[in-house]
Amino acid sequence: MAPGPLSPVQEANAPTAGPDSVPGMTGAPAIETGIDTAISTHDLRRTFGDFEAVAGIDLSIPTGEIYGFLGPNGAGKSTTVKILCTLLTPTSGRAVVAGHDVSSDPDGVRLRIGAALQDAAIDPKLTGRELLWLQGRYYGLRRAEIESRMDDVLRLVDIGDAIDRRSGTYSGGMRRRLDLACALVHNPQVLFLDEPTTGLDPVSRARVWDEVRRLNSDLGMTIFLTTQYLEEADELADRVGIISEGKIVAEGPPDELKRGIGSDVIIARVVGGLGVARDAVADLPGVDHVGTKGDELTISVEDGAATLSPVAVALNGCGVRVIDLTLRTPTLDDVFLELTGGHIRGGEE
Amino acid sequence: MTTTTGAVAVPTVRARHAGFVHDVVSVARRALKLIPRDVEGVLPALVVPVFFFAVNLGSLSEVATQAMPGINFKSFQLPVAIVFAVTGISRASTLVIDIKDGYFDRMLMTPVNRFALLLGLMVADFALVICLSIPVLIMGFLVGADFETGLPGIVVFLLFTGLWGVVFTGFPYAIALKTGSPAAVNASFIMFFPFAFLTTSFLPKELLTPWLATIATYNPVTYLLAALRSLLIVGWDWTALAEGLAAVLAVGVVSMTLAFTALRGRVKRGG
Repeated sequence: MAPGPLSPVQEANAPTAGPDSVPGMTGAPAIETGIDTAISTHDLRRTFGDFEAVAGIDLSIPTGEIYGFLGPNGAGKSTTVKILCTLLTPTSGRAVVAGHDVSSDPDGVRLRIGAALQDAAIDPKLTGRELLWLQGRYYGLRRAEIESRMDDVLRLVDIGDAIDRRSGTYSGGMRRRLDLACALVHNPQVLFLDEPTTGLDPVSRARVWDEVRRLNSDLGMTIFLTTQYLEEADELADRVGIISEGKIVAEGPPDELKRGIGSDVIIARVVGGLGVARDAVADLPGVDHVGTKGDELTISVEDGAATLSPVAVALNGCGVRVIDLTLRTPTLDDVFLELTGGHIRGGEE
Repeated sequence: MTTTTGAVAVPTVRARHAGFVHDVVSVARRALKLIPRDVEGVLPALVVPVFFFAVNLGSLSEVATQAMPGINFKSFQLPVAIVFAVTGISRASTLVIDIKDGYFDRMLMTPVNRFALLLGLMVADFALVICLSIPVLIMGFLVGADFETGLPGIVVFLLFTGLWGVVFTGFPYAIALKTGSPAAVNASFIMFFPFAFLTTSFLPKELLTPWLATIATYNPVTYLLAALRSLLIVGWDWTALAEGLAAVLAVGVVSMTLAFTALRGRVKRGG
């Protein structure tokens, strides 16, 4: 759901703080904290010894948006999520979630967020129902409230009769869905999903995607989603932030980011003289940009159909052997490649 | 508790702080619920003291009766069996699994009071320690141990052992929170040996060799055993009870400081 007018839930849950009115932060840098902003950060940093995992991130995520945080392993995604979920304190900078500063008012944040982190955090010796019940108690819900919410979230995540089985017997997909249910039982304003589909089969992945869409469209929940799957960010996110080495290198709606590198992409796998091949195609009419990685040329072009033949001819004429020549529309990985020179997922094309 | 707007059910449930006692109860209830599902973790605590009680009575009874005329050696040994049963019993291994599995992180992301995360486990430990003490106590009665202080003495005895059990849990919890390592938590059992054996477990201090008697003087378990034995053998010996309580509390100050400092460190750096 693209950001728009507030849903009833958003209005009910709206933070009371106005812009830059976080208590206890006098003199702190200006940061958006109004009811239209679910998450905002300013120059957020986190170091571990000499290693800077998060290196100055600025975010402004409107209420009701699905924000995809995309990057390779080790880029700083999970560290950022842990800071926003109050599990880690930032080394410097500010982060405000649902109107509450993660450093000066972590409890205010905790009351308003739900999170399903990378590994499903559920106790295998408890049943799904017991876990949900406990989760409700941790958030101070009364018996009737827990029962009501349990019905709601179980309808949403569809665990079926397995809810009364010990969660240790669940499949990977069911564990993820129960983890998501635990994150939702207290009806959070902002939901953090850290690589929610990593390790899941395609069917389970599609179910999680459906659930994420429903949460956003039906309840207006703001969702911060980290992923290393390009198609996941493409499918779900209203906007994507691409992170590399702790910094956001690009941000915007997926289509806009992809359009930024050209209408089409020609991928050429060649043997011998990658530099020669690059020079041979770089100046062809209609070619916007040429990137190289391994034995591949990634050629961004305005009109793929019109440029494919000239590219093939140019490569043929420069003495390299062409193994593959593929025409496709750009992906977010192409955006990442253009900006950083690397792929988001190792080996992924 | 939902209201409906069109086709979409809009939940009006709001998270709130439940309060410290509620948080402690929630954490303790989970820990207690898990105990019957983790019988293999509790069973040794019953088998080991029964084994030692039987062996000690069988091997030392005659010698001890000669060395300590007029003292019921079964009553003398019963506190040892109880201390063996309850020392080191904790949910620390569960805590380590929670840390490893990410469940501890999940709890840290809730508004649950941080101290309640540990105190709740200790409340569950207290209940477990009392439960473990009762069958060992019954076994003692069956073989001929008796209480000079009667039923009130039994209650005080159980409270003492419960308090000692909880106080000692501070060490494995500190190790669990500091290291997050199951192996380290299991190794913490080693701490049990100097506490349990370099003391008056088998004979009174007067009959120990000088070096062991010196160590026993500084071992808090010596005073715990003296207090427990006084309830069985002597009657209401307020000096022994006060010294026993002081010794347990002294260990508690150290162990709880270590445990809650480790908790603070773990919370600070993230689960």
